[in-house]
Amino acid sequence: MSERRNLQGNQACALGAIKAGCRFFAGYPITPSSEVAEAMARELPKVGGTFIQMEDEIASMGAVVGASMGGVKSMTATSGPGFSLKQENLGYACGAEVPCVIVNVMRGGPSTGMPTRPSQGDIMQARWGTHGDHAIIVLAPASVAEAYSETIRAVNMSERLRVPVVVLLDEVIGHLVETVDLDDVPEGAEVWRKWAEGPAEHFEPYAVTEDMVPPMPYPGDGYRTHTTGLTHSPSGFPTQNPALAEAAVMRTTDKLVHHRKEIESYRTQDVEDADFLIVAVGISARAARQSVRDLRSQGIKAGLFRPVTLWPFPEEALRETVKTSGAKTVIVPEMNQGQLVLEVERLLAGQVAIERINRIDGEAITPDDISAKAREVAS
Amino acid sequence: MKDHLNENEFNINEYIRLDQMPHFLCPGCGHGIALRALLWAVHQLGIDKDKLAIVSGIGCSGRLSAYVDANTYHTTHGRPLAYATGLALARPDLNVIVISGDGDCLAIGGNHLIHACRRNLNMTCMMLNNEIYGMTGGQVSPTTSGDRYTTTTPAGNTEPVFDACALATAAGASFVGREVTMQIIALRDMFKKALVHNGFSFVEVISDCTEIYGRKNDLGASPEMMMSQKSTMRPFAYRNTVDVPFRPNAMKTGVLTEVDRPEYGNAYREMTAGLRGEKGGT
Repeated sequence: MSERRNLQGNQACALGAIKAGCRFFAGYPITPSSEVAEAMARELPKVGGTFIQMEDEIASMGAVVGASMGGVKSMTATSGPGFSLKQENLGYACGAEVPCVIVNVMRGGPSTGMPTRPSQGDIMQARWGTHGDHAIIVLAPASVAEAYSETIRAVNMSERLRVPVVVLLDEVIGHLVETVDLDDVPEGAEVWRKWAEGPAEHFEPYAVTEDMVPPMPYPGDGYRTHTTGLTHSPSGFPTQNPALAEAAVMRTTDKLVHHRKEIESYRTQDVEDADFLIVAVGISARAARQSVRDLRSQGIKAGLFRPVTLWPFPEEALRETVKTSGAKTVIVPEMNQGQLVLEVERLLAGQVAIERINRIDGEAITPDDISAKAREVAS
Repeated sequence: MKDHLNENEFNINEYIRLDQMPHFLCPGCGHGIALRALLWAVHQLGIDKDKLAIVSGIGCSGRLSAYVDANTYHTTHGRPLAYATGLALARPDLNVIVISGDGDCLAIGGNHLIHACRRNLNMTCMMLNNEIYGMTGGQVSPTTSGDRYTTTTPAGNTEPVFDACALATAAGASFVGREVTMQIIALRDMFKKALVHNGFSFVEVISDCTEIYGRKNDLGASPEMMMSQKSTMRPFAYRNTVDVPFRPNAMKTGVLTEVDRPEYGNAYREMTAGLRGEKGGT
């Protein structure tokens, strides 16, 4: 049986999280993400979960990490200025390897910027917003259905890998209303973090395991471990031993490299013979999809490479796509001054011509914006 | 080592992580006394260590969580109350104790404190007030007494002092108390009352920083500072006038507020109980 529903992207994130077993949400009102919190406030009590509106963005991120350390799947949602405030406790979750999901609905910046206008200005903040070397996963849905399924994937991956996962929407996807099949769940089985088992004595909460994901103790099970934002040894206690300190950071970042295959996700359209390859995420990728059709109808061979997992960036897949298609030009449309393009340049500089399309005027990039650029390069 | 206070009744070694010793607190620091009083109360109340969660922030006070044999969380600066709110709401079966300091709780974490007081979620917050940022080398804090020298008030402190208990009471905390480390039995009994209180309990402990603060202000060594906790140590303290925030001339000790208000977690669960099992509607 399928349950089809017309939903906003923001609401789809909320329902996806609940479907994946999220039972705690702490948030703070901010445009254009507030509908995530509103949906959670309505829906979580129905499944025995807890919603709380905290006093600020910092506190809501802290409460989410606290609830997750208590053994409950937890999520928060925000937008640019709030995302900046969450970075402090998001960094704690990265360092202490506490599973949690952060929905960030991008709006115009910097600062208060244009709260009701779309943007993709947080592509780099999502990756590097918190200080220090850290591992983080960022997913970039381009439809309401994907907002639903990717939030499910976000909860599952954060649990399985003990890593914070950011679901990065732009305002358009957040407020877009589309039909979602709530039972069309790619990963039906509920994923839980690996719980600590066995004797509590000499248990090391950050011991190096084969899959590089340490099992997590459930408070009350008798392990009585210590969790800290300080660099810690496998015992969980702070260390300044150079070898242990390096190993502690290396394991959290190597963890994602080790699990790269299951983290990475991307979609392609008409790339097999593309002369022009468009690389885009979110609503810009939706525009690119139409642009590819328009260009093809005009005899220009265009294709689309769309990272769904934005970070870690699907770099091998992009390189391979460029190689097999034989594309000479890569076009990167994005609603910022050029962030995604930096990663594309890192991977492809010197191999193809890289063209930018940028809008920072609060308007979404249109298919015509992209098609015009392709025609200009083609002529 | 002999426990001269009560050898048979309470053995602190059962509640601390001996493998984390020696601790890193300075000689003469009052924080250890406060922690002892707290764990003594935990012992007398028979609280299960497996169900005990200690959440601390950053600073000298923040380091205490690592020494307690419990589920311990050393969180970010000023945010332990936020973390504890999530933990206590998600896990009402745990006994949640927050350990914070005057900088952690009143400056960077002030917003979390007033809202934790207002919300009245069941937990106990121990704020160790030593009037100084000790870990960072002795900078002025919201509770540094007037005229005192710190590294950031080289000519003496001119900032008014925060009265944490008056603030907590005004913000709605249902249990508020203050005690000094000189009175460890009174402090222990204060914690016992705070821990059994159903709601948000705030306990301010007047603790001494001898190394970073006392020495620079000629306040004497630890015994002298403790002896003067109720008199010259805090020149504005303990005058029996009215408790008003920002006016520190009323620092009384003992239980200052104890009222029966709905506990937030219970109130939320009761209020939303009718929605349980209802089909999703968003």
